[in-house]
Parts: sequence; structure tokens; C-alpha cells
Amino acid sequence: MTDLNLLARVTAFINIEADMLDFEEYQPWLDLWTDNGEYVVPIDPHETDFANTLNYAYDKAEMRQMRVARLVGGEAVSTQTTEKTVRGLSRFRILEDDEIHVTVRCAMYLSECRHGNLKTYPADVTYKLLKADNDFRIEQKVVRLQNADAYLSSIGYIL
Amino acid sequence: MTDMIDVKPVVADYESLIKPDKVHSSLYSDAEIYEEELDKIFNNTWVWVGHESEVPEVGSYKTAMIGRHSVIVSRDRKKNIHVLLNRCRHRAATVCEGKKGKTKSFMCPYHGWGYSLDGALRAVPKPEEYEGVFDKSEYPLVSLRFETYQGLIFATFNEEIEPLEDFLGGAKKWIDLFVKQGGGYPLKVLGDHRFRFPGNWKIQLENTTDAYHFPIVHKSFVTGLDEQTAEVFDFLDGEGHVEDLGNGHSVMVMIPELVDLEKDLDEPIPERFQELADALAAEGHSDLEVRRMVRAVGGSGFNLNLFPNVACSMAFFRVLAPVSVNETEIHHVAIGGEGAPAPFNQMRMRLHEHFQGPMGFGTPDDAEAWERVQKGSHAGNNEWILLNRGQANLTTSPDGNVSGAVCSETGMRAAYQQWKKMMTA
Ligand code: FES
Ligand SMILES: [Fe+2]
Repeated sequence: MTDLNLLARVTAFINIEADMLDFEEYQPWLDLWTDNGEYVVPIDPHETDFANTLNYAYDKAEMRQMRVARLVGGEAVSTQTTEKTVRGLSRFRILEDDEIHVTVRCAMYLSECRHGNLKTYPADVTYKLLKADNDFRIEQKVVRLQNADAYLSSIGYIL
Repeated sequence: MTDMIDVKPVVADYESLIKPDKVHSSLYSDAEIYEEELDKIFNNTWVWVGHESEVPEVGSYKTAMIGRHSVIVSRDRKKNIHVLLNRCRHRAATVCEGKKGKTKSFMCPYHGWGYSLDGALRAVPKPEEYEGVFDKSEYPLVSLRFETYQGLIFATFNEEIEPLEDFLGGAKKWIDLFVKQGGGYPLKVLGDHRFRFPGNWKIQLENTTDAYHFPIVHKSFVTGLDEQTAEVFDFLDGEGHVEDLGNGHSVMVMIPELVDLEKDLDEPIPERFQELADALAAEGHSDLEVRRMVRAVGGSGFNLNLFPNVACSMAFFRVLAPVSVNETEIHHVAIGGEGAPAPFNQMRMRLHEHFQGPMGFGTPDDAEAWERVQKGSHAGNNEWILLNRGQANLTTSPDGNVSGAVCSETGMRAAYQQWKKMMTA
């Protein structure tokens, strides 16, 4: 039986994370992570050994901070032309749940608008969340873009 | 029915579109010119299709594009490499989909013709109806001529073309230097980033020999680096240069200290690689081995641009494939050492992810600039793309080549001269 209470709580947490990225609240977003948290956008749809393969993004804390600095710094021209992203998350399912962690998978539909061109990136996203005083911290977020194994367009923002 | 008269479109006067100091904007946007490029350039010269490490074992294959043509690079049971047209000899279906993999044979999904790894037609379902029609030996997958240099595989549709080594000519010396970045191990492809941008392929060809844009477009990347590394990337006022290597090839040396990665192994270890050095030492590698890997890990200090579709670009292979006159696919191919220690290859991949690919800290800004070039080039009825930077400040290199400042447009001029030569041939 799905623990509906837990499902509601992780859903709320993940929706807030998405909202922070869409509305560019990057500092609070950085605080959602554990110190060892990993943000990963793999290429191969079946890959699980991210350290030993090439990914689109494989960010630990330092790279996440640099990614944010790049987004807010105003020096990167690509960050100036993608006005805003809109992402919706649904199909939440708890894959694993123990004392320490809960692992959740969901679907994400993200759209960007660059130079007036609307583009959509569907993805499966898996969150491994650390349970922390009635709340959660992100231990790992893996974004598997549906077209990751083919080709992308340039993506200057955080998925 | 009226007879259709086969009127050949008036062929553009390519001589007049390429000047020594500029090229005409129509080169980015004219669909007829584009089609003719596929015929006269991509069907007619040595085109990169891969690196030997991408087909390491019996049964390994990868796909690639040569202009309009989908090809398969495979390794057969005797470990020989083949470059085959990805097209069934029966009624043309592709026999292989996807980027790479391992297989025992290529099976056409339509009527089930089966081809072996060397392209031979092995099996045809219900062969009775072909009795007295043809023999299987007449219909192997079409095999292309290919040659390799230092593991780089180039194929061609032109049976008459000069040997690959002659075509590479002055570029060979730089390929020899480039492959040293395995850090004492043979070079190995570790994966690739693929993305498309809405612009002509030559905008990409130019970019690999364009140092001028670096401090502008990649300002945010440089800002994010530690001081020591930022200094290394501050090369516009340095001692670098761009050299025309002939046949459209050129080299842009940005960081002269990193041209030969086997030299100066006693230099102090840069701060940002100290952790890597410690990890390698802890694995039991000798001081010399550690130093060789640390020096190689960030790649070579130059971009070698090979006409028309590949560059050995500091630490990776940059491959371009024209999709249409205003769309291009780019692969940023990450490389490391075959059998090299995990921390070395991991660092190579992390550095690649940092700058390259559609989500790196460099590419999205490049792509923005290229897209704007394509868009802007449509404005005006008779405008030109300037390539005259550094033209009054040319010297002769020790190898006897035309050489300009690191941020000159010498390499672009070299590429467009080859373009003109091929298009007017
Ligand atoms: S098209 Fe390949 S078997 Fe018919
Ligand atoms: Fe660039």
C-alpha cells in the first residue's frame, strides 16, 4: 500500500523545488541539497554509474554553485535569452522507503522559450531524498531526458 | 502531357563569393549552394567517421554521417574495420539504427536480408524466387574506402582521392601531438555530447579557429575559474598563433606551453589538479606517471581544425554534420586513456562536462552566438562576412606556413580557400 501521507509530503517538496527553479530562487534551491548531493543528467538511458561515464551534467555542490553563479551573473549571453522555464511534475511514485531515505520517480514536462521558439523537454526524474526533521534534503536528482540518447539543443538553465 | 525541360539551376559563381578577406552571406543560407556542398565537398573528400576505440571489439559498430549518407563503422570477426553504407541492397531500408552497439550481424527489418559485419549478404528469406536472378555475392552492403591515421578513421566516396596522409599533410604533426593526451595510455573515446543548432555548418567550422570570441562569449566561464586557471585561458595577449596547414586545415595554438604534453614534466602541479595527483599517487603510480597524467588531463593547448568536419579541439574531438542549410548537428566527443586509472578518466569527463556539450558552461553561449550569426546573416541583400582580422600582420611559421596572431582569422581564410577550390573544381 502506498503511504499516501508520505507521497503527499514528497510531492509537495518536489513541487517546491520545481517552482524555485522556474521562478529563479536559486539560493534557497541550493539549500535543498545535502552536502554530497548529486544533480545528474545522464546520456545513456540505462546508465547508473555516473562517476565513470560521460553525462550532460554531473554536479556536486561546487558545480551546482557555479551553475547558479553563471545563471545569476549576467555575463553568460545564453542566460539572457531564455526568459523563463515552465515545468510540471506528475505521476509521482515512491520506489523505495526506509528510515533514512525515500526514493521517488515522477514525470516532468519542461518547456523553454528562446527567441520566441517554444521547445519542450519531457523527462523521467528520480529523486533520492534524505529524511531530515519532518522535511527532506536532496541526496540525488537524476533527470533522464526523453531525447537524451539522440541530440539536444543547448540548455543553459537547470533541469 | 507537356515535356518537362530539365533546366539546371544557374550555378553560383563561387569565385565571386569568396574573396581573400571576406565571404558572401549567401554561403550560410542558400539552399542550392548547400546541396552543391554536399556533392562537391562531402561526397568528394576525406570525412571523419570515428575513432578506432569506438569499435573496440569484434561486433562493435557505430553509425556516422557523411553529408547525406548514413554509414556504419563496424569491426568484423577478423578484427578488421569496415565503413558500410547504412542501406539495404534490396529496397533501401537502413539496416542499423542508434549510435553504437554490439551485434553479430546487420539484419534488415523489412524483408529480413541479413548481412555480416563485413557487409556480405549472408541470408535471404525464401531464396527460391531469387534462383536464377542473382547470387548473394553480388549484393553486399556498399563498402566505402577508408584510411586511418593515429586511430582517427576517415572515409570517402572518392575512389580517386589522394591517400589520407597526403590530405592531412601538415596537420599530421599536430595529430601526433594531440594523441599524447592519453597521459601515457592510448587514446580512447569515453562518450559524446550531441546537440543541434539552427545555423549553417560553416559557422561551426569557423568557430574552432576563432580565439577572438573566447573572452567575450566565455566570460562567465572564465569568471568561474580559480585565478591560476583563468590565467591559462587568458591567451589573446599571449604567444599563440594560427597557422594555415594547407588543404583547408589549420591549427590555432592558444597555450604554447601545452603544445607538447610530454615536455616539461617537472613543472609544478597546478593547484586544481593536486587532488588528482594525490589520488593517482595513492594508487601506486610513480611520480613520473602522475606528472604525465596531470599534465595531459586538461588536454592540448591548441585546436586543430581539419576540413571539412572534425577538429581536434584541446581535449576532445568536435565533429560536425550538416543537417540542412540552416541546421547543424555537433558532437563533442570526450576522450581519455585506454586502461588509464579511473581518477584520470573521471577528471577528463568532469572537465568535458564543465565546458562542453549542450549543458556545459561554454556551449550554450557559443550556440547563442552562432544562432544569432545565422539569423543576422539573412539581413541585407548583398552583405559579406568579414574574415580579414590579422591580415596585415602575417608571418611565415618555422614549417613554412602562413601564420597570424592567435586571434586572427587565418584559419577561416584557409578553410574558405579550400571550400572555393573544391566548389569550383
Ligand atoms: S528492404 Fe531490406 S530486405 Fe527488403
Ligand atoms: Fe566558444
